[in-house]
Amino acid sequence: MGDLLMTVVDWSRAQFALTACYHWLFVPLTLGLGVIIGVMETIYYRTRDEKWLATTKFWMTVFGVNFAIGVATGIILEFEFGTNWSNYSWFVGDIFGAPLAIEGILAFFMESTFIAVMFFGWKKVSPKFHLAATWLTALGASISALWILVANSWMQYPAGCTFNPETMRNEMTNFWEVAFSPMAMAKVFHTVTSAWALSGAFVVGVCGWLLLKKRNRDHVMRSLKVGGWVGLIGIVLTSISGDTSAVQVAKHQPMKLAAMEGLYKGEQGQAIVAFGILNPSKEVGDSNDPYLFDISIPHGLAFLATHDFNAFVPGIEDIIEGKSMDADGKEINTVSYADRIEQGKMAKDALGVYQEACKVGDSITMQEQGNAIGDNFKYLGYAYLDKPEEAVPNVPLTFYTFHLMVTIGGYLVLFFIVVLLLLYKPKWIPWKEKLSKPAYWLAILTIPLTYLCSMCGWIVAEVGRQPWTIQDLMPNKVAISDLSAGYVQTTFWIFAVVFTALLIADISIICKQISKKSKTDLNVVETK
Amino acid sequence: MTHEMLQNYWWLIMSVLGALLVFLLFVQGGQSMLITTKKEKRPLLINSLGRKWELTFTTLVTFGGAFFASFPLFYSTSFGGAYWLWILILFSFVVQAVAYEYRSKHGNVYGTKFYDTLLLINGFAGPVLLGVAVAGMFFGADFTVEKTNILDVQAATISKWGPHHGLEAIACWKNLLFGFMVFYLARTLASLYFINNINDDEVQRNQHKRLFINATIFVVLFLAVVAVILTSPGVEVDEAGAIWTPNKYLYNYLQMWWALGALLFGVVMVLFGIIKSLLNKSYKKGIWWAGIGVVLVVMSLFWVVGYNHTAYYPSLQDAQYSLTLANSSSSEFTLTAMSYVSLLVPFVLAYIVWVWRKMDHTKLTDEEINQAGDDEIY
Repeated sequence: MGDLLMTVVDWSRAQFALTACYHWLFVPLTLGLGVIIGVMETIYYRTRDEKWLATTKFWMTVFGVNFAIGVATGIILEFEFGTNWSNYSWFVGDIFGAPLAIEGILAFFMESTFIAVMFFGWKKVSPKFHLAATWLTALGASISALWILVANSWMQYPAGCTFNPETMRNEMTNFWEVAFSPMAMAKVFHTVTSAWALSGAFVVGVCGWLLLKKRNRDHVMRSLKVGGWVGLIGIVLTSISGDTSAVQVAKHQPMKLAAMEGLYKGEQGQAIVAFGILNPSKEVGDSNDPYLFDISIPHGLAFLATHDFNAFVPGIEDIIEGKSMDADGKEINTVSYADRIEQGKMAKDALGVYQEACKVGDSITMQEQGNAIGDNFKYLGYAYLDKPEEAVPNVPLTFYTFHLMVTIGGYLVLFFIVVLLLLYKPKWIPWKEKLSKPAYWLAILTIPLTYLCSMCGWIVAEVGRQPWTIQDLMPNKVAISDLSAGYVQTTFWIFAVVFTALLIADISIICKQISKKSKTDLNVVETK
Repeated sequence: MTHEMLQNYWWLIMSVLGALLVFLLFVQGGQSMLITTKKEKRPLLINSLGRKWELTFTTLVTFGGAFFASFPLFYSTSFGGAYWLWILILFSFVVQAVAYEYRSKHGNVYGTKFYDTLLLINGFAGPVLLGVAVAGMFFGADFTVEKTNILDVQAATISKWGPHHGLEAIACWKNLLFGFMVFYLARTLASLYFINNINDDEVQRNQHKRLFINATIFVVLFLAVVAVILTSPGVEVDEAGAIWTPNKYLYNYLQMWWALGALLFGVVMVLFGIIKSLLNKSYKKGIWWAGIGVVLVVMSLFWVVGYNHTAYYPSLQDAQYSLTLANSSSSEFTLTAMSYVSLLVPFVLAYIVWVWRKMDHTKLTDEEINQAGDDEIY
């Protein structure tokens, strides 16, 4: 039974990961390109220069194709909480459902109403109304991102709620703590601004291809100006909000931070690994060196995680043992994972007794057990773990994706600075004529790199918090639906085939549209 | 407001969203007609529907999200239990979302016919299967709910379903009857919508013919469904527990005059919209009469299934497991917080209507399609 259950958990996780990854391939471009198109159309509206209208329409084509598949892959995610994670849906529906419902009411209707104006309203509404519709579509996409990220953040840092032993579920007690927790805000800004960076890189990359083909140079320059600036602003804000995110992770998910760094034993003034190769034979508790090779920056992790160069940052083994230190280097004890498992079991047992007492109306026992539940509830999820090591995420996957994300992010800062220098101060760049062709290719290759970076961010966020569906409260194996592994395996492959087929069509259409339109004169508006 | 009042209020909101969703299924009804429409007139129909499909899609998503927030135990029990039913519904909407955008674009890899087939799949499966899913609220579903299961490390799922996970619901004749009724309603509304939205003589003639056929089938199926519902048992809930009660929905209509009034008034409006459109070929506003009528009828159905001490999701395994507004809702705090958000619903509806009117001010013609740029047509 245990093996079978794990298989269902694995397939459910695989299906959610598959659909989420596919969805995230399209969402950032919608978020960022919406802003880029909004800026372009605003310039057109202010200058009434038809060239800007042509450029706006060029990018709108890409936006439309990408938007459709984003919508298609998005519907699955919302309903998958119910279909594959039904226990989770019930356990926290009181809290988690609210952001999803607000997303629907506030964001989806805004997007779906005004995108029709954006594409079909050029001759039906005034330019001012059209511009408003374009911005409202972009705003709708961002509001949508806000609420779904609030929901996701709550799973990583369950704030603003309390456990009700009578209904046996978590219930919301403070809406604002759920909606505006520091974890949620950091995640929202980090994710949305990274989408601007991705879209900026996409625009610059496509412009690189157009320059390689020597097509529509004026249109390219217009696009580069907007794409370059949105990209640079996006990546700078992503870096800043990334720092805020890291501080939140250090505070609320220290195990994730330790996995991101491959850190098993922490110390005061902990160094950060700038580059490293993990030792594949390293296990929790053994004496092996975690790295085969590493280049570290002294005090780096301590500063980034806590903004204090001398702070102690616990490693995986420290966290399991419940060891930490205060700012003065004095050893302090947190709760070890073995103790958490015990406390979780006490909460679970008390809950069982509470329910029995509830049936016979034994209010004294209910009071006693209610107190026991309250004292131990924050570790309830550990009751389902057999040993502390089960609460350690996949370290290599978290470590490498985190470092890849940071490396590509750093590259993107430089990339956008160079793009804008080439645009505004070309004299400052030597040998630019000789380097132009490799630079165009570099711009093109930056597109897949940026997507890789974006995807790595999500892998860090989601793999790094395993095995929890809700941090410390509900592990994956308790969150699933009562389904057979074969059922979920079947739907996994159906979605894998369908989404892959749609992705192929999506890429093909975008490439053809860009190629076809770039052969026309993009200094004038197409009239049929 | 008390918790009970909030539960009733949120069921009212769900009934509004459900009713709007059924009305907006005219998009699916229209898609089901594409394959039997002359090739040269197909772009008119597709482009007319293409400017509305997202509203239906969004209403479905919001309907699901609102259920999740307000009645999470239904969400977890039905979606996790009737797995295949919901997966098929979702699959049909996934393929719809891309079909409009991709069908006429260069480089779409699989050809226009492929995407039109996807629209047909959604046009048929969407309304029928959604009808089957909603019918479960009247005729029951194959589940149990035991919250203490969560204490069992080996089998912690609280909602359990029969072995067929939703396939049995599709095979139930009562559910299918309901589903096909929704399908023919969607087709009837689609004809009324086309008559209103497309300015083309041939399309008008063709849609009047279709309206007659689809509306006739719909009325027959509707009468059958009403007869089945009124003679079916429902689960009555009181302090002693839940018990199957004969003719529960009939008694609910008789005891809730306002629900009966909404049903009758809605039926009259639907029939008026259909009959006037059939008798007067130049009359274009039948969609609004029928649309508002459908909204009233569907809301009344939600009311009789949820109000008056009725379990809105009866368990066929044991009536005691049935879901009611009281035992499946979110907490008082959440429903209160969400109620503030729901005050935005009229505002959202207002801007949708405003934009719809602005965009549909001039009716769609062949000329507009022919003159449109690549990005402005489907």
